[in-house]
Amino acid sequence: MYDNPNLERKVAQAESKISARNVQVFYGDTHAIKDVNVEIEARTVTAFIGPSGCGKSTFLRCLNRMNDTIDICRVEGDIELDGENIYDKRVDPVQLRAKVGMVFQKPNPFPKSIYDNIAYGPRIHGLAKNKADLDDIVEKALRRGAIWNEVKDRLHAPGTGLSGGQQQRLCIARAVATEPEVLLMDEPCSALDPIATSQVEELIDELRDQYSVVIVTHSMQQAARVSQKTAFFHLGNLVEYGDTDQIFTNPHDPRTEAYITGRIG
Amino acid sequence: MTDATNNTPKAKTSLLTVSPRVKKRNAQEARFKAYGIAAVATGLVFLVILLSTILYNGVGAFQQTFITVPIYLDEAKLDKNGNRDIEEIKKVSTFGYTPLIQDAIFAAIEEKAPGSEITSAKDTKALISASAAAQIRDVVIANPDMIGKSVEFRILAASRVDGYLKGRVTRDSIARDKNIDAKHLDVVDTLRSKGIVKREFNMAFITGADASESRPEQAGIGVSMLGSLFMMLVVLVLSLPIGVAASIYLEEFAPQNKWTDLIEVNISNLAAVPSIVFGILGLAVFIQFAGLPQSAPLVGGLVLTLMTLPTIIISTRASLKSVPPSIRDAALGLGASKMQSVFHHVLPLAMPGILTGTIIGLAQALGETAPLLLIGMVGYIASNYPSGPISGFMDPNSAMPAQIYEWAKRADPAYYERAWGGIIILLVFLITMNIIAIILRRRFERRW
Repeated sequence: MYDNPNLERKVAQAESKISARNVQVFYGDTHAIKDVNVEIEARTVTAFIGPSGCGKSTFLRCLNRMNDTIDICRVEGDIELDGENIYDKRVDPVQLRAKVGMVFQKPNPFPKSIYDNIAYGPRIHGLAKNKADLDDIVEKALRRGAIWNEVKDRLHAPGTGLSGGQQQRLCIARAVATEPEVLLMDEPCSALDPIATSQVEELIDELRDQYSVVIVTHSMQQAARVSQKTAFFHLGNLVEYGDTDQIFTNPHDPRTEAYITGRIG
Repeated sequence: MTDATNNTPKAKTSLLTVSPRVKKRNAQEARFKAYGIAAVATGLVFLVILLSTILYNGVGAFQQTFITVPIYLDEAKLDKNGNRDIEEIKKVSTFGYTPLIQDAIFAAIEEKAPGSEITSAKDTKALISASAAAQIRDVVIANPDMIGKSVEFRILAASRVDGYLKGRVTRDSIARDKNIDAKHLDVVDTLRSKGIVKREFNMAFITGADASESRPEQAGIGVSMLGSLFMMLVVLVLSLPIGVAASIYLEEFAPQNKWTDLIEVNISNLAAVPSIVFGILGLAVFIQFAGLPQSAPLVGGLVLTLMTLPTIIISTRASLKSVPPSIRDAALGLGASKMQSVFHHVLPLAMPGILTGTIIGLAQALGETAPLLLIGMVGYIASNYPSGPISGFMDPNSAMPAQIYEWAKRADPAYYERAWGGIIILLVFLITMNIIAIILRRRFERRW
């Protein structure tokens, strides 16, 4: 699949965070993900693009085992986080999800106060020793989520009262508060207006210095703007994976070219 | 259809004139609306008829006719030795008190209605409730100091007298009644104008115990209200935790397979099982097999729990289902366990729905009569207050709807009125519970 020797070398050089090998996903009898191999690098934004139903969200949800909640979903193959197979029998998905945080397509704050939204993760994971500690974590997470200035005066107002863009940044801050190593984002901007989108994109770029971010997006412009690596999925196959610049300027696979030029999808 | 292939230009139509097609459609819509309004109006008319009938027939039960007279508590009869020994006073039965009351009434008649046809104290018996002697005896035993004095008492009038004041008993209707004569009614008329016989609010109807068939004026719904209360406690304590736990498991944890499907179908079916079936199940299991006492509110509560569980499970599952899955995803995505996501986020959001369902289920159980038939809570005369919480659960008692049924089938028309009155009380409880359910739903409703 990778017929470009340059590309192979580059991927191998960088520090790999998640490596997936021969991943197959089945929904009942449907073969949704076919034989996907991918290395996701640390401190990099990786974008998954592809037409609707191509399996990019499904694959993303494999990375923190959110697919476990779907009864008929079956995952085969190896996905390793820092060299440990996350589908090993001994792995508790709860612990995994504390390391691999997730932001969803639709902003989904808890119907609680802004403070409680952020504090929930640290509380259940016992990250704060006392109230002052927790206040600290909340402030840091909200700053990290680039929303602190907007909400610092109303931390105890309900999170659901914020605007859509603010809610999504709140959800990112909430995911960041549990100090994950990888942040998965499933079309985080699809419910947002252009201004909120650009705020979230800026934020994603800032998060790159600490986290490995994987973002699923429908917008090719967004992928080009925020990511360093891009993976193109089509009909359950990972068609092409490489540096974002290369994918968008010089795709090797005709299907990738067809997609980014708007002929399919 | 043919228009499409027809090339002749379409006739120009004006928007200002309504085409026959549209006219027909509008008429259809108007007819449908009219049917709907007619249906709603019919329902409302019946509701109004129902409520006004209940009120018209039942309000009388909250009033009772009393006779207020001073009664001389004769020391020679109540405490022969004069030493006020409570044990000796207790030895005097109600038969010792009856002549005192009759004397007092006769004295009042001689004073206020001279020249009446009632010529002896014994003849006043038809005016007084048989319960009066017991009422006075109780007061005297509680206050032995009263002996030897003349004390004013408010005693219940006989149910015929009460019926006469309420218009149920007329001079025509007593023609063949050997309990009361026209001369008694004459006296009642006079005494009523002098203020000795009066219709007053009767608290004893709400708080009192049931009475035997011959003393409708004394009967109250209080004891069976307690029976209902103890049953509801059992239902609440059992069905809320069991029902909520079962629904959480089925909705959030159980795998989707044919077993859970089967359970689901059966729960829905159980909700539709006639309540008398639960009654016979309770009789077989709780009384005959487990050996629990008959007529006990505990057994009634257990049977009603069986009946209420499907309702609670169905409504709880519906409210759990209505919590958006994005909330579960959010919690799981943060590394919360399944249980944490359910108990921290889903359950609080589903709570108003769960509580509403529970209250509706309780209200349903409160009004249920049929299963109580089979475990002996109907037909039992609830004449004693339970002496404590344990006795409240274990001792035979009745329940409000059972009491109403019991009164409705008694022969004396005075009980007919009490049955309606009992229905008013039952409805007040049901409406209160429903209002609480509405308030809870309004108060805790969240939007996202």
